[in-house]
Amino acid sequence: MTHDPRLILLDARDNVFVARTRLPAGEAIETGTGAATLDRDVPLAHKVARRAIAPGEKILKYGAPIGVATIAIAAGSHVHVQNMKSDYTPTYHLEDERKAGATQ
Amino acid sequence: MSGLKGYLRSDGRKGIRNVVAVAYLVECAHHVAREIALPWRENEVHAIGFPGCYPNPYAERMMEQLCTHPNVGAVLLISLGCESFNKYALERVVRATGRPVKTIVIQGTGGTRASIKEGRAWVEEARALLDETETVPMAVSELVIGTVCGGSDGTSGITGNPAAGRAFDQLIAEGAACIFEETGELIGCEHIMAARAITPELGAELEKSVAKAARYYATLGYGSFAAGNAEGGLSTIEEKSMGAYAKSGASLISGLIKPGDVPPHGGLYLLDVVPDGEVRFGFPNINDNAEIAELIACGAHCVLFVTGRGSVVGSAISPVVKICANPETYRRMSDDMDVDAGRILEGRASLDEVGTEIRDLVVSLAQGARTKSEELGHQEFILTYKSFEPLGPACLPAA
Repeated sequence: MTHDPRLILLDARDNVFVARTRLPAGEAIETGTGAATLDRDVPLAHKVARRAIAPGEKILKYGAPIGVATIAIAAGSHVHVQNMKSDYTPTYHLEDERKAGATQ
Repeated sequence: MSGLKGYLRSDGRKGIRNVVAVAYLVECAHHVAREIALPWRENEVHAIGFPGCYPNPYAERMMEQLCTHPNVGAVLLISLGCESFNKYALERVVRATGRPVKTIVIQGTGGTRASIKEGRAWVEEARALLDETETVPMAVSELVIGTVCGGSDGTSGITGNPAAGRAFDQLIAEGAACIFEETGELIGCEHIMAARAITPELGAELEKSVAKAARYYATLGYGSFAAGNAEGGLSTIEEKSMGAYAKSGASLISGLIKPGDVPPHGGLYLLDVVPDGEVRFGFPNINDNAEIAELIACGAHCVLFVTGRGSVVGSAISPVVKICANPETYRRMSDDMDVDAGRILEGRASLDEVGTEIRDLVVSLAQGARTKSEELGHQEFILTYKSFEPLGPACLPAA
């Protein structure tokens, strides 16, 4: 089965997709190995988990590690600063800090 | 399509523009320089300069390389009078190239008004002289092209950057020299990059340059990563790096250079922009224009600027081609963008098609075409303190 055409798989090894367009929270997507539901609004070019990712597991994009999962991530989840971090320097961000603060 | 045309300089290089540079040698002379250039804002008179009052070999070399850049035809130096910048040496270097050059010392001339008057009279003569210059035929192999990305987002590494990389591959195959940079945005890519070096020793130098950047940024506490990068879907510096790395295309890497070093021949070069030694003067590049100025100091005739969030900048001296990676941004800011690479994301163009479009656009700049940022009058310029050690022997292997 092929994955949802609204999502790009940049490399066969990747555990994340990239959104080709804006997608709303609650939207059903096809991962290629089963159906999943988006947990949050996903803006253009943001990442979506292709499968369940365990805490401490590398996030793979372009077939390369781009950081590590900080918590368990379900298939269909928005993968970003709230559930992954750099292996090098911390990520400085504004908007996402405020959103995270509002939900905590 | 007609051939490329250039302005032949005494060192054999050819320019695709014929700019009068009005260069202030300390911030205290900036206003006078800007006022002198103002009446010619549509006609290739650009203000550049160095704001510091303390001497700095990096800044003096940068100014020498910029004032003798092939796109520059004449130079007016503006000194307050008491700053430490070696105006005598800079004037000598420019004069030795045969370019018209003059130094105005504001304290000697009698202040702001008298200096502006004298400066404008000189620029008027220089501009008239340069406007008479005949062009000569130029080959693609004589071009030096830089690339930078700024305001990156999750689209940059999928559309704009790899398309710029395809353009680089084509231009290098035609004999041009192409330069990519920002080692702080190659963190995480050092090993795959080193494998593309033409010698193992150069590969080791490439890895060392990225390790130096990682150390430098770790000391400063921030990566080369802005808040907008995260809003645009980039979660970590390594993710941004993987996208930025795609700008380099797939060619072998011929050398490692530092700001002001001109590539000795065609091929692909990494520009190491992170200072050597202890962390001293703050962030390596405080914004995108600092990187653009360094690419131009390496002889870049034009700079490919890939943006996802939407940058509007151009530059003094060399045209900046803006490649918009994000289709939503392009629809909002198309007046500022030369290339709509977001078409790739929407399935309306392939990477190769956009790569060829960028290559053709670069060539057209040497045939009289102007970029959007040139049409809009963008002439940003910034130069700050840095320090570098000379290149190691493995950095430029004999081809």
